[in-house]
Amino acid sequence: MADVHIPDEAETRARWSGFAWSAANVAKVKEIIGRYPPGRQHSAVMPLLDLAQRQVGVETQTQGWLPIPVIEYVAAQIDMPKIRALEVASFYTMYNLAPVGRFHVQVCGTTPCMLRGSDDVFRACKDKGLSKGHTTADGLFTLTEVECMGTCTNAPMVQINDDNYEDLTYETTATILDALAKGENPKTGPQVDRLGAEPQGGPTTLKEMVSENHDYRGDWA
Amino acid sequence: MPKLTVDGIEVEVPAGATVLQACEAAGKEIPRFCYHERLSIAGNCRMCLVEVKPGPPKPQASCALPAADKQEIRTDSPMVKKAREGVMEFLLINHPLDCPICDQGGECDLQDQSVAYGRGFSRYAENKRAVTDKYMGPIVKTTMTRCIQCTRCVRFADEVAGVPDIGALYRGENMQITSYLEHAVASELSGNVVDLCPVGALTSKPYAFEARPWELKKTVAIDVMDAVGTNIRLDSRGRQVLRALPRINEDVNEEWAHDKTRHNVDGLVRARLDRPFVRRGGKLVEATWAEAFEAIRAVNAGWSVAAIAGDLLDAETMYAAKALMHSMGSDLLEGRQTGLVYDATNIAAVNFNTGIAGIETADVILLVGTNVRWEAPLVNTRIRKAIKKGAKVFAIGPEVDLTYKVEWLGNDLGLLAKLPKVVKDAFASAQRPALILGGGGLGAGAQGATLALVEPLGLVRDGWNGYNVLHMAASRMAGLMLGYAQPGGLADIVAQAPKLLFLLGADEVAADRFPNSFKVFIGHHGDKGAAMADVVLPAAAYSEKPGTYVNIEGRVQRGDRAVFPPGDAREDWAILRALSEVLGHKLPFDSFDALRAAMAGEVPALGQEGLAQYEWAPPSLDASASGPCGYPIKDFYLTNAICRASPTMQRCSAELVHGQSFAEAAE
Repeated sequence: MADVHIPDEAETRARWSGFAWSAANVAKVKEIIGRYPPGRQHSAVMPLLDLAQRQVGVETQTQGWLPIPVIEYVAAQIDMPKIRALEVASFYTMYNLAPVGRFHVQVCGTTPCMLRGSDDVFRACKDKGLSKGHTTADGLFTLTEVECMGTCTNAPMVQINDDNYEDLTYETTATILDALAKGENPKTGPQVDRLGAEPQGGPTTLKEMVSENHDYRGDWA
Repeated sequence: MPKLTVDGIEVEVPAGATVLQACEAAGKEIPRFCYHERLSIAGNCRMCLVEVKPGPPKPQASCALPAADKQEIRTDSPMVKKAREGVMEFLLINHPLDCPICDQGGECDLQDQSVAYGRGFSRYAENKRAVTDKYMGPIVKTTMTRCIQCTRCVRFADEVAGVPDIGALYRGENMQITSYLEHAVASELSGNVVDLCPVGALTSKPYAFEARPWELKKTVAIDVMDAVGTNIRLDSRGRQVLRALPRINEDVNEEWAHDKTRHNVDGLVRARLDRPFVRRGGKLVEATWAEAFEAIRAVNAGWSVAAIAGDLLDAETMYAAKALMHSMGSDLLEGRQTGLVYDATNIAAVNFNTGIAGIETADVILLVGTNVRWEAPLVNTRIRKAIKKGAKVFAIGPEVDLTYKVEWLGNDLGLLAKLPKVVKDAFASAQRPALILGGGGLGAGAQGATLALVEPLGLVRDGWNGYNVLHMAASRMAGLMLGYAQPGGLADIVAQAPKLLFLLGADEVAADRFPNSFKVFIGHHGDKGAAMADVVLPAAAYSEKPGTYVNIEGRVQRGDRAVFPPGDAREDWAILRALSEVLGHKLPFDSFDALRAAMAGEVPALGQEGLAQYEWAPPSLDASASGPCGYPIKDFYLTNAICRASPTMQRCSAELVHGQSFAEAAE
């Protein structure tokens, strides 16, 4: 997110300087800080920033982002210099330093996905009015190109908020975006007939093992 | 004590030393950018690669590798040479080739090391990265495209200055060093990052495009902005001092200097007194030296004379003035111009007895009425170091941010008589307890009460004296040694109402205290002292005369003359010598050397550099103290005539102390 435009400071401060944990999150914060030994509460910065981003998301009906006053609030809570918390927030791409839409569409463009057709996924996004680094006018979608999300087996893939959508084509991508826009919950995971990362079209190895246990040792000769 | 060989040379290094330090012990130069002796180890520039056996068959970063027994280090193998060339080529990929317009040129680590260890060409033909410049305040100019991300500035701000305002945002190729939200770095030590920066990313803003290092004359000098006696080097060209840089002195300033030390120099060419003035009809008018001396002689003061020394004076000037006063039959000498009164009969009792380096080793410290951060920033960094080693710090006085954790006991000097149990317990178990009495405490009369604590807190023990007084004027200790202290302070001189009063660069004396005296101001800046004088004699600033200074710990140090005083101005001692002849009390020295010899004859400690020895014999004083105290320094950047004349210091004051906004778009 290095080239994002961080919103006007005065405006952001006016909107977010009153940020405080919601009643539900207060207990979670306590639990998170409690995971680390006393004096090491700085370690809690990442889960806390994530929690803060989610709370901002709930408040703004989006995926959430981290306004500067919220980062400062988190830093103050664990007695960390403000710049250290900002360093963390700016290092990881999963923290948004600028507002995003309700659905943050993160399309993987790294080599395996690219070879398996991520260009089609981008084309589908473009045809639905999404453009890289921008939020659509209705505030629904923000498109970001990201690096490998570790789902290469099911390439190409896209992460939308907390869910992965895998084995995409131009059509399935468009369908998912349409469904999300309508407020439906499209099926997550592989969009083709398989479960998780299992081989497409049924097993390709250890076939005898599908129905019952099979001793292969006799086959080794 | 690991024993290892470096290029076949056997060295033994202390346990915990790094391979890089072992190589240095063997006399081998290891190129480096991120490694710095006084900062934590980062290991991110990779320039210090060496070959280590036993170990993996690849070069290793020596700065982050502990030296171990029986290691064989090679710094001269083909592998090391190739590794250095490779790292250098990578570092230069994104570094602009703008050395001709870069202020670091000529004293740039990257420049030097690329010549010494680089390949001389690059295989990189793609576009270079560009980074927008960041605003870091009135002292530090940034050109962030030049940054090689060694993070020395980040570590300095965090560890030494204690103001964690600088950080590295984003990641990978997009990584950028910046101050938090591009606000000014609110540290009085910010100028040090300019020295630390191995490239031209952080350079000095006031010194931008002023000079090249090789055209400057370098003069050894002592800083007078506070009483620490920072060892500095004045870089001058022609008749102007262009910059002041710290010299390394482990006992005093390590290798730091605060922003006032570095950047008061532009005040040395402004608001200067460059000819004598005599007051005629209520107005100061220009005069010749002869006319000015004649006006002083015409006062016919007889023995009714007095001298008040300013904060920036060298010992020689004070000695010459003292000799003149004596020959006229007066011993009315005072250096504490603001009216501060404390007992100075025993100098050890007003000395910084642990020593500046010694305070690092203290384990419990009680601060009494002192804002150390402003009164002596370099003592403050030492206290930070003590805290890192586990020291506890308590303080009495108004709460301020000292950059470290302090347990504030409250702003009531009455606490000295009834210290809370937690403090007493801490001192009871302390091995090296220390107390620092600062300007606020001295002003509120806490000297007796703190001296009374020496016994119960066990401050003075075998080989350790933890009773410290923190002065703020560079001239103070030498002044006290020369007797510039009346028992009742300035009030004693006011009571005597001398006919003739010499203000030796004394700018902080309240104007209405000597309504009937004929005031002669001998000084270098047209400030408050000159404004109230009847005769103004232009003298030399600290950069324009050799001088002896004694710092808070009683360290006698000497500085040299960098440039000549402007116009008709003369060195202070020469003015006093010439005047003495007109007044009919000719002083017995004709040269500066003769003056120094005479001074050493009277106060032998001033005759040799090094720590002066004072016998610990504290006076018994009234131990009662009560009420609040306030800190005497209201504005760190404007404490004397030189910095008040400096545009840089005025800007710092407006921006960092008074919060005025100078936000500017990055160029």
